[in-house]
Amino acid sequence: MDITININGAEHEASIEPRRLLVDHIRTEVGLTGTHIGCDTTSCGACTVLLDGTPVKSCTMLAVQADGRSVTTVEGLKTAEGLHPIQTAFSEEHGLQCGFCTPAMMLVGAALLEENPAPDDDEVRWAISGNLCRCTGYMNIVKAIQAAGAAVTAADAADGS
Amino acid sequence: MTDTATTPPEIGGIGHSIKRVEDARLIEGQGNFLDDIALPGMLHMALVRSPMAHARINSIDTAEASAVDGVVAVVTGELMAAHNLAWMPTLSGDTQAVLATDKVRYQGQEVAAVIADDPYVAADAAELVFVDYEPLPPVVTPQQALQDDAPLIRDEKEGQSDNEVYVWECGDAEATEAAFAAADRVVSLSTHYPRSHPSPLETCGIVADVNSVTGQATLYMTSQAPHAHRTLFAMVAGLPEQNIRVISPDIGGGFGNKVPIYPGYVVATAASLLIGKPVKWVETRTGNLISTGFGRDYHMNGELALTADGRIQALRVDMLSDQGAFYSDAQPTQFRAGLFHVVTGSYDFPHAHIKCRGAFTNKAPGGVAYRCSFRITEASYLIERLVQTAAYELGIDPAEMRLRNFIQPEQFPYETATGFVYDSGDYPTALRKALDEVGYEELRAEQAAARAEGRLIGIGIAHFTEAVGAGPSRTYDIAGLKMIDSAELRIHPTGKAILKLGVKTQGQGHETTFAQIVASETGIPAYDVKVVHGDTDHTPYGLGTYASRSTPVGGAATAMVSRKIADKARKVAAHLLEAAAEDIEMQAGKLFVKGSPDKSVTIQDVALAAYTNLPEGMEYGLEDVTYYDPPNLTFPYGAYVVVVEVDADTGVWKVRRMVALDDCGVRINPMIVEGQIHGGLTEGFAMSSMQWITFDDDGNCIGANFMDYLVPTAWETPRFELLETVTPSPHHPIGAKGVGESATVGSPAAFVNAVVDALAHLGVRNIDMPVLADRVWEAIDSAA
Repeated sequence: MDITININGAEHEASIEPRRLLVDHIRTEVGLTGTHIGCDTTSCGACTVLLDGTPVKSCTMLAVQADGRSVTTVEGLKTAEGLHPIQTAFSEEHGLQCGFCTPAMMLVGAALLEENPAPDDDEVRWAISGNLCRCTGYMNIVKAIQAAGAAVTAADAADGS
Repeated sequence: MTDTATTPPEIGGIGHSIKRVEDARLIEGQGNFLDDIALPGMLHMALVRSPMAHARINSIDTAEASAVDGVVAVVTGELMAAHNLAWMPTLSGDTQAVLATDKVRYQGQEVAAVIADDPYVAADAAELVFVDYEPLPPVVTPQQALQDDAPLIRDEKEGQSDNEVYVWECGDAEATEAAFAAADRVVSLSTHYPRSHPSPLETCGIVADVNSVTGQATLYMTSQAPHAHRTLFAMVAGLPEQNIRVISPDIGGGFGNKVPIYPGYVVATAASLLIGKPVKWVETRTGNLISTGFGRDYHMNGELALTADGRIQALRVDMLSDQGAFYSDAQPTQFRAGLFHVVTGSYDFPHAHIKCRGAFTNKAPGGVAYRCSFRITEASYLIERLVQTAAYELGIDPAEMRLRNFIQPEQFPYETATGFVYDSGDYPTALRKALDEVGYEELRAEQAAARAEGRLIGIGIAHFTEAVGAGPSRTYDIAGLKMIDSAELRIHPTGKAILKLGVKTQGQGHETTFAQIVASETGIPAYDVKVVHGDTDHTPYGLGTYASRSTPVGGAATAMVSRKIADKARKVAAHLLEAAAEDIEMQAGKLFVKGSPDKSVTIQDVALAAYTNLPEGMEYGLEDVTYYDPPNLTFPYGAYVVVVEVDADTGVWKVRRMVALDDCGVRINPMIVEGQIHGGLTEGFAMSSMQWITFDDDGNCIGANFMDYLVPTAWETPRFELLETVTPSPHHPIGAKGVGESATVGSPAAFVNAVVDALAHLGVRNIDMPVLADRVWEAIDSAA
């Protein structure tokens, strides 16, 4: 099947088998390997990408289902202005260790902050409960997401003044 | 946080929580994990696994699979046998099937492999390999395995007439018997530390690239021990070691799972050699959980001989381990049950006797040190559960029971009844600090009041002592390879450095913390030191990262090689300052004549001089290498207190507080240390509450995916409160002890003790892990 997916702002045309998973398409044909595979059963969330801004597990979606839609991967977080605040916060707050779950965690965190810029501890934990981390015990991931929210809010306030 | 920093922030040495170097690539999705590697012409391998736990293989039909468009080869044990590779040695001196030829011995065992030009095609064709199995009766518990009429699992193994793997004893049986005979009280506890799985988020894998013309084998592997793996590959496959290059790229967590050599690595390498193209194998999650190195599975029976006032006189342990179908524990050669004999814990008593026995079962092999130093987790769990039991039986408060029996600070170095020499510690201070933080006395009062109202609150304590940093060459080796480690340090003319290590990070932050050691020792800013690891062509030899040995061994090597550099730097500075080398002092990157700090040169000046301006007769360059053979293990410890609330109607329990005090000696990067502890506590919570690899009566693995094998999410995971004391290791160059595994070792007993404590007044003494709500409910119900 011929499909076109907007990935991180660029149109990617491809002719692929209908059974091909979105995660494999992103990693292999498009060549963006920041999206990871950890479980094959939609449990770990390492493959999470944003589909039109909403987190989805790309191991449980066919690439053809994303035809005509927009996908954001970790490689799309950084802009011309620099790193996304969530990327900075993950490093500042030591929110990552091995880094395997990190791209997905940051995308989920960024999506949460779009809706709720100042989430409390429970709200962050609920939002990332579809994503497993084996290294951090989540403590610093929660802190990082909250810190990113605070940074965005502070920056917006500064812009508005 | 204790301030141990001796360098200014701009140098960022030991004690500074500098941000991690490795983050830059990982937060942009630019890490290089195994599955991210793609080589030109690369083929893909899928494994065919046994659906049965125990069955004879009558035949394997590969015709249909071979005919699939895109399939390049189907490999069976027969083909591997033709190259003498159907079996391979394990890390514990046993042999293990690479691809089964005679029979399968556990569900998920590797039977065949399909190599194709596309991973989807390889997976499809693997479904078309037809194996004719003749079912045999499965053996699913070690108790069943040791019965006289048990089916023989290892019928191919010469001299093996039953399912016993080993018997290993330690301590003084006679003196222990005498102490038990003379004891006022004897308290016992039987408990099972269930089979768990490290399950790092990234599974295992390899890209094997064997050049058929040059014979060069480049093996990209998810390896915690690349040098040891290269040597073992050379020995097993008969490849010349200089032609093998093991590259361990970014690793998505290890926790012991990536220490053994697995059949998939060997088959992919053989396939690449035979086909002449790179072959990639990436394990599925089910493959990972069902076939690779598990942790624990110890059935333990412990007894304490006590005086009437609760002083421990002796410990007796009888332990039976479930080894699976092949004895492949990753552990030092002379210790058949790892370092389980550290089971005397934090307590001072003269006699112990430990008897360990292992049995083959129809389960996956492994016995890896899942985030612990060779079975220390099981040992720590048993003694901390046993001491708690004794407290209840003797009517002594569990905290007081521990304080009464602790090894005292002035007794260090302390030799235990099983022969460990603990390096340093102050246990009473640690426990009291943790108890104060949690408000222990108030909690006991609250517990009593709650009980009067029919509510259940539990306070669980664990005070663990670990033995990590294997280890001294006189005692510790794996497959004959001594457990030394190394560091090579080269200072370039501009004063920037490259540090090459034998150990290999899996997320612990070595690229940052090891640079900090160099910074403290030489004054070169940490961010000016590039750390290289995980490539056997470009790093000195070492046994790798597991058993919390990186900082104790590799970290010591780094400090020692830095000191060699500093010594030469003093000589060069003496030349530049026209003084005697013995008069040169070095502070935070400045070298000056004693008493005249105003006239100085920098370490960067010295680096340039080492390539441009040296005195007659001095060798150019500023680089060195150190192989470090530690004089002893290190012994980190900690005091953990958990408070739980238990719903008496449902058995559901919730953690109200978790206070964890760790003493790991000097902390190189406190931020990273705390991150390690958070992660370790979570794995301890996981094992005590939900993680569980179990089997049905037919040997079917229950828990072979993340829907059945429960790994805690952020939602279930408790919040942790961390404390510290710092008691440096007296024999380690920088006083560090290692910390990566402490929290996983120490915390399960604290969680389980907390739940049992909530029910102790009902007479409940044990609930086996995982402490599931139905088990708690049953304990309450049967007590009532």
